[in-house]
Amino acid sequence: MSRERVLRSVRAALGEARGTEVNVPRDYHHRLTGEEAGSRADVVALFSERVADHRATVRHVGADELATTVAAALWAREAKRIVVPDDLPYGWLAQLEGVQALADAGTVDVAVLDAVDGVVTGCAAAVARTGTVVLDGGRAQGRRALTLVPDYHLCVVHADQIVGTVPEAVARLDPYRPLTWISGPAATLDLGLRRVPGVHGPRELEVLVVED
Amino acid sequence: MTSGPIPLPMPRVLGALGGTGPGEAARPRFATAAREALADTGQRRSLRESMAVLRGRREAATAEAADWEELREAGRAVRDRSLLSLDTHLETLEGAVTDAGGTVHWAADAAEARRIVVGLVRATGRSEVIEVRSPVTREIGLDRALAGAGVDVAETGAADLAVRLAGERPAHFLLPAVHRDPAEIRRTFLRRMPGAPSDLTDDPRELADAARAHLRRRLLSADVAVIGAAFAVAETGTLVMPEGDGGGRMCLTLPETLICVLGIEQVVPCWRDMEILLQLLPRSATGERMSPYVSTWTGVSAQDGPRDLHVVLLDNGRTAALADEVGRAALRCIGCAACLSVCPVYERTGGHAYAAGGSVLSGPIGAIWTPQTRGVRGAAEASLPFASTLCGACGDVCPVKIDIPGILVHLRGKVVQARRHRPVPPPEMAVMRALAWAMGDRRRYEPALRQGVRWARLLSRGGRIRRLPGLLGKWTEARDLPAPPRDPFRVRWRER
Repeated sequence: MSRERVLRSVRAALGEARGTEVNVPRDYHHRLTGEEAGSRADVVALFSERVADHRATVRHVGADELATTVAAALWAREAKRIVVPDDLPYGWLAQLEGVQALADAGTVDVAVLDAVDGVVTGCAAAVARTGTVVLDGGRAQGRRALTLVPDYHLCVVHADQIVGTVPEAVARLDPYRPLTWISGPAATLDLGLRRVPGVHGPRELEVLVVED
Repeated sequence: MTSGPIPLPMPRVLGALGGTGPGEAARPRFATAAREALADTGQRRSLRESMAVLRGRREAATAEAADWEELREAGRAVRDRSLLSLDTHLETLEGAVTDAGGTVHWAADAAEARRIVVGLVRATGRSEVIEVRSPVTREIGLDRALAGAGVDVAETGAADLAVRLAGERPAHFLLPAVHRDPAEIRRTFLRRMPGAPSDLTDDPRELADAARAHLRRRLLSADVAVIGAAFAVAETGTLVMPEGDGGGRMCLTLPETLICVLGIEQVVPCWRDMEILLQLLPRSATGERMSPYVSTWTGVSAQDGPRDLHVVLLDNGRTAALADEVGRAALRCIGCAACLSVCPVYERTGGHAYAAGGSVLSGPIGAIWTPQTRGVRGAAEASLPFASTLCGACGDVCPVKIDIPGILVHLRGKVVQARRHRPVPPPEMAVMRALAWAMGDRRRYEPALRQGVRWARLLSRGGRIRRLPGLLGKWTEARDLPAPPRDPFRVRWRER
């Protein structure tokens, strides 16, 4: 059987070296350096700057302005119909008028997702140094297809969800959940090495940072 | 611009990769295969420009990370830790994937991996699959095997699409169309892609849109997908896939069945190791702080993604590389391709010269990977360690500190050793043996030297020898040899 054969070859190949313990020196940065961000506000500012570097739109809003800003972003795009995870906080869409929001509980058809004008979600965490939002399928995020098929993704990030570095994010996230790390809109370098809006994922990403 | 008409799609294109099928002709040596690439001036210009861009992006991205060297050292250690207990980690991975609802398959070689994947696709009863091409799926020659089984394969990548439509091989294992500029891709799309808009320009944005329109319906309705992944985390059974365009997300989100083909070396011990590798890989590969998308999945989730997950673990010569204490470091590779963009040989030849010899990985990593996984008996494999100037740039940029130049030299030694016992010695060895015999004794050496000097001076013009006779002529193809002085050092020493 090939399982045994492969494992036997591995053991034979390693010989005496097999099982040698290798110590992993973890003296790289686990948090942002003081130079990168001295205060909490700096972390949030760094996150916004890095998200913008990915050619995504970033806006800062107060908690009380969130519903208005969401509505304004959708109006600006003349969105008629959007999809949202069915556990999206009701308040986020409170100001929506003239836009139909489909609540998805895992049943909306792919063809419908392809036809809607966008999707609004929250996130599980965000990384300042890389300008990344991470979705884990938890509250206000929905299944993966929601943020993949529609061409426009509006992602709401609460300032306290933003961590500084990748190690902080890895420590905070649960690998048993379906994770999607999103750094800007889908982008391809394949056609001339210029980052252009990518072939399959949403070609536009808008991030609203909510400062509490 | 380009050197001629785009060749018609030919079946040889995929079949020529990897040791993948019966009835294959002998593979050419690197130097022979490189001639064709070197004659294509359009391709050389595209490659030169692309590699300069990639180098610049990588340099900026790594310079920005103040802890880059610490990350590299940690990355090296993580990969060594994976390899030195590979058997344990593979068993742990198998258990974790199985516990999370997936199925693990083991393939000792490419043929077995093809059989497994074709069988899994057949079992679904579907005749269409979507695929994110990866070095591993190319290595096993999967597309040809699926086509042979009557399965229709659609790629998700725009560059993969362009390369296939043009009837070419990928020139780079991360950026398959890097040797073609947008104008050439536009022409390929217009000629070969059904439904391409007739007013398509060479703006990459429009090309991406055209590919999106062409691929979308197929991807949205697919039931079976085949992909690779960057890493498999043993501890949790998590598969990790960074990408740019979302094709991988399409594969792991919508279809019911997901088949993931991995090399056994791609396992890493624990989830926490991702904090290192997810920093090293994007910055080294495309000069990005993070890839646009990184997806991770652990087995199957009730409400999200595939209902059936199959992981195929492939050996195909990797354990042969693992057996070499020096060469095994090649298996640390995380597939960033940074060594390609700094390599003066790759920049001039592109990937085709490597692929013609059966190497899926090109550039410096291909030159150390392929001879180890396939052995150095074949002329093509044996020529790869010599496809280098040993300038050392590849080793300097490698994010997991593979000493590529050192391994190249080590493999050159192996090639020579492998030829030592042939009944008819190769010319180089015959010359070396003759020299050893002549130089071993003063009574032989001094007359030989006098003869040699006389002949050399007869061949020289203006103090230089421009062409040596016979086989030695290869040496003077690209350089002159200074004529030796009339009186050798030994004579002058005696007469001092």
